[in-house]
Amino acid sequence: MRAGETSAMKAGLALCRHCRLLSRIGTSGAANYCPRCGHELAYRRHDAIQRTWALIIAAAICYLPANLIPVMKSTTLVGASEDTIIGGVILLYLTGSWHLALIVLIASVMIPLAKLMALAYLLVTVQRRSAKSNRERVRLYRLVEFIGRWSMLDVFVIAFVVALVQLKPLMAAQPRAGILFFAAVVILTIFAAQTFDPRLIWDSAGSMEKRNE
Amino acid sequence: MPLNPVACPDCDLLQNIPRLPPRAKARCRRCGKVLAANKPGANERTLALAIGAAIVFILANAFPLMGLSAAGREVDTTIIGGAWVMWQEGQQMTAALVAICAVIAPAVYIGFTIVVLVASRWYRPAPAWVGELLLWAELAHEWAMAEVMMLGILVALVKIADLATVIVGVGMFATGALIVLITMIAVNLDPEEIWEQVQWVGSVEPAPVGGPQAGGDREAKK
Repeated sequence: MRAGETSAMKAGLALCRHCRLLSRIGTSGAANYCPRCGHELAYRRHDAIQRTWALIIAAAICYLPANLIPVMKSTTLVGASEDTIIGGVILLYLTGSWHLALIVLIASVMIPLAKLMALAYLLVTVQRRSAKSNRERVRLYRLVEFIGRWSMLDVFVIAFVVALVQLKPLMAAQPRAGILFFAAVVILTIFAAQTFDPRLIWDSAGSMEKRNE
Repeated sequence: MPLNPVACPDCDLLQNIPRLPPRAKARCRRCGKVLAANKPGANERTLALAIGAAIVFILANAFPLMGLSAAGREVDTTIIGGAWVMWQEGQQMTAALVAICAVIAPAVYIGFTIVVLVASRWYRPAPAWVGELLLWAELAHEWAMAEVMMLGILVALVKIADLATVIVGVGMFATGALIVLITMIAVNLDPEEIWEQVQWVGSVEPAPVGGPQAGGDREAKK
């Protein structure tokens, strides 16, 4: 087998996921360790499909309270109000800054949902051993990895509004439980993107080649 | 060695990479992932950038980001102040996350990068802990979110602006510079060059491909 035609796994080689050294993996069945950095060596991330499913299901469960429970309570002399994520977006839109409202809407509401759907799509296609549009799917995966951090936006917004608006009794802002669920969605989807193994997308393509041989 | 066999981390295709001319990149022929890059003098530049980033990081954290004045009263906040008030208000988990992404992860990323770069010049070969610190720096980089925090601060400012007068502080400008420097560190750092100087954990250094089998188990090595 020549390089450029086969996967490293078929050649008995594994790339260390930590230091990216390519090593021959033992066939004895005992655990293998990277000779350079000493971390465990495996052809694919362990139980990537199951773990990613578990994380996105947990994130999907947290997504509901994250959007339904208020994330912040603001008190002024005239009264108090509690805002959800979407309430904050509407407020931002009404106060005239529709650009920022759009950014927050995309970062807080749409990105987490799009990430969940994208990862679920990748998992389903991998499990059905699809060999179609592999390049597009790996691009989708890279996009999910890249944009994930931007959903942290609202956590920072709440943190700094709360830190600044501390002029009691004139005005005050307090975080509410919704922000905890929201932060949980962000962390769980970031972990989910990290546990998924994009190489699985190509493994079924390899099995197709085998059938054609 | 004219050819260097590598596996693509995103699609596992085994391919040979020829020696690259300076400032050239090699992409995976199947999925387009960048597999190798020749960055001449990259780590000297990175060390300079990281030292600059450390100074800017201290400024960004020492000075207030912004202040608020209303009815003759003033409050201001630093970066860690965002996490601290959140903690006091009973949202400890979220406060910890804010502290990690805004302060701890950038500090670890910059600090460990400096230690790794200095140690890999000082010791030849570099001891194995240098590699371990490099891995921690890479992990910290994933969680360092200065640029997301900056946008969050801007949104917070707009939300507050009609309640009271907002004063932008030194910390804000330092944070802006920090974002630029962290991005430049990430672009310039050449981890492969460091790994080439790190002493392997395994007792002998086998040729990675075609050489003796990797690993065995850890107990046997001791």
